[in-house]
Amino acid sequence: MSVVLDVENLKTYFHTEYGLVKAVDGISFNINQGEIIGLVGESGCGKSVSILSVMQLILTPGEIIEGKITFEGKDLRQFEANGPEMRAIRGSKMTMIFQEPMTSLNPVLTIRRQMTEILELHLDMDRASAGERAVELLRMVGVPDAASRIDDYPHQFSGGMRQRVMIAMAISCNPMIIFADEPTTAVDVTTQAQLLELMKDLVTRLNTALIIVTHNLGVVARYAQRIYVMYAGRIVESGPSEEIFDDPQHPYTIGLLNSVPRLGEKHGTRKLVPIYGVPPNLINMPPTCAFLPRCTYKTAQCEKEPWPALRSAGDNRYLSCYVDVRGKQ
Amino acid sequence: MTAYIIRRLIIGVIILLLVTMVVFLFVRLMPGDPLLVYMASFDINRQTSISQENYENLLHIWGLDRPIPVQYVDWLGGLLQGDLGKSIKLQEDIGILIAERMPRTAYIGFITFVLGTIGGITAGIVCALRRGTWMDNLITTTANIGMTIPVFWFGILLMYLFAYKLGWLPTSGWTNPFDDFWMSCKQLLMPVGSVIIGSIAGMARLTRSCMLEVMRADYVRTAWAKGLSERVIVVRHQIKNAMIPVVTALGGALGMILGGSVFIETVFAIPGMGLLMTNAVFDQDYQIVQAGVLLFGGIIIFSNLVVDILWGWLDPRIRLA
Repeated sequence: MSVVLDVENLKTYFHTEYGLVKAVDGISFNINQGEIIGLVGESGCGKSVSILSVMQLILTPGEIIEGKITFEGKDLRQFEANGPEMRAIRGSKMTMIFQEPMTSLNPVLTIRRQMTEILELHLDMDRASAGERAVELLRMVGVPDAASRIDDYPHQFSGGMRQRVMIAMAISCNPMIIFADEPTTAVDVTTQAQLLELMKDLVTRLNTALIIVTHNLGVVARYAQRIYVMYAGRIVESGPSEEIFDDPQHPYTIGLLNSVPRLGEKHGTRKLVPIYGVPPNLINMPPTCAFLPRCTYKTAQCEKEPWPALRSAGDNRYLSCYVDVRGKQ
Repeated sequence: MTAYIIRRLIIGVIILLLVTMVVFLFVRLMPGDPLLVYMASFDINRQTSISQENYENLLHIWGLDRPIPVQYVDWLGGLLQGDLGKSIKLQEDIGILIAERMPRTAYIGFITFVLGTIGGITAGIVCALRRGTWMDNLITTTANIGMTIPVFWFGILLMYLFAYKLGWLPTSGWTNPFDDFWMSCKQLLMPVGSVIIGSIAGMARLTRSCMLEVMRADYVRTAWAKGLSERVIVVRHQIKNAMIPVVTALGGALGMILGGSVFIETVFAIPGMGLLMTNAVFDQDYQIVQAGVLLFGGIIIFSNLVVDILWGWLDPRIRLA
């Protein structure tokens, strides 16, 4: 398996009038061809900003400060954000499915136009054959009656159907990587499951890598092979999903897992424990571990030393914590 | 859609009727008397005195001795037969007066509307795309000033500078563009200029804010994520969306221009509908005021209907409503 995307020490800061927001503060991750990984964390921890940074879709006042984004052997940061090289990659080799299907499609253009423009741009198709291909793609993602629905406008589609359109657009040029930014947050639970199955099925068939950004642990547990847990702009723990779920080692991950019920768990055997406190304000962060105020495992070392760097914690597992929590749970 | 248009037309007629009723009543409630104005000019020429007998005679001839509701119904009846009535002061058929005056106002109004809309939208788009630059600041500041300047005051300022001080342009007047196009252009430069500044300013401000809003929309981010170039994103994805509120404002802009024509034709002595109306108000020439309000009201109601239809064409979400 070859690495498709390798992100090293990525930092994206926002220069707001209240101060510098370190939305993404030195994260590293990689993904192999055909792999599905999950990027997990609470709202506002920098998940979306991380993947938007990779595609260089950060708007002012945001700015990518530092980092190396290696895609197909090239560092994407050498390219101008909206220059021809980046534009050639976006939408064809690297695509994105956004969170809000209701607002992510242009309300005044037909589905046909929104789909064909990608095919015309990246695959040099003419209007007619792009239209045919678009209908085919809609069928692939399970839009019923695709040949006539394609001339509808987004408001004539339900949320789930719009997200299928977004998925169809994302796979239209056989991408290397699909970023799915909370793809199922805005749709109901039944549709969520259908959409996730569909995405899994498609990426397996196309041998495309998929990064699912979510705060839903159930989603990653089921679909992702590896997980990156983010907190306050950094990755605090990573590893194969099964291991993370069976044996979490970072206090934050432990807290997350203790706060959600698990399927098959006998009623009343375990009390759900929330993580007390609130996520930190990303402006003017202290140099110590950002999870410190909410941590139940903290030691004197944590109060004095800066936020620890990721260290290896077993095979393919990385951890950013001074404390060895094993046996303390 | 047809049912919608018919419904809107019926509502439009009802609004127009209400407007004429109000105007009909109010011109008659104003202090003064059109017959006295008429007789005064009449007597100076004929060297006769104003007698009570003469006055009552005239009152009867013009039907002004009847109750106001009766006068209104009578006027409405004439209207349905295409008779707009007769001017007391000018002693002329109002239909003929309007046929002579309206094309001038329409000509100036059309130029102002087209140039104002194109200029305003262009300026707004440029500002939005170059936001924060000196060009954006310059246009935005000018637009803020432009929106607040009274039309007639600005017209007089222009006149003072270009006609009186510099002598580049004729102070006032009207020439048929088919007779002498060059002269007509020179005469129209200042009147159009003083009305258009408000149109451009309003349009530019609205377009700018709509564009800025659209630029941050989720679907524009999607467009960027597709790898489209900025030009395609602006033209295909942003402008049409940003134009939806702008088109709505076009109806209002037309109303502003018609209202502005009243001032500007007075300041620059252009014998159009605006000047006719202004003089009619001073002379208490009931019939002209009524006909003028009917005409302007009709234009504004109709243009708002056109705007709503255009809106449906721009925004598929309301097309079926």
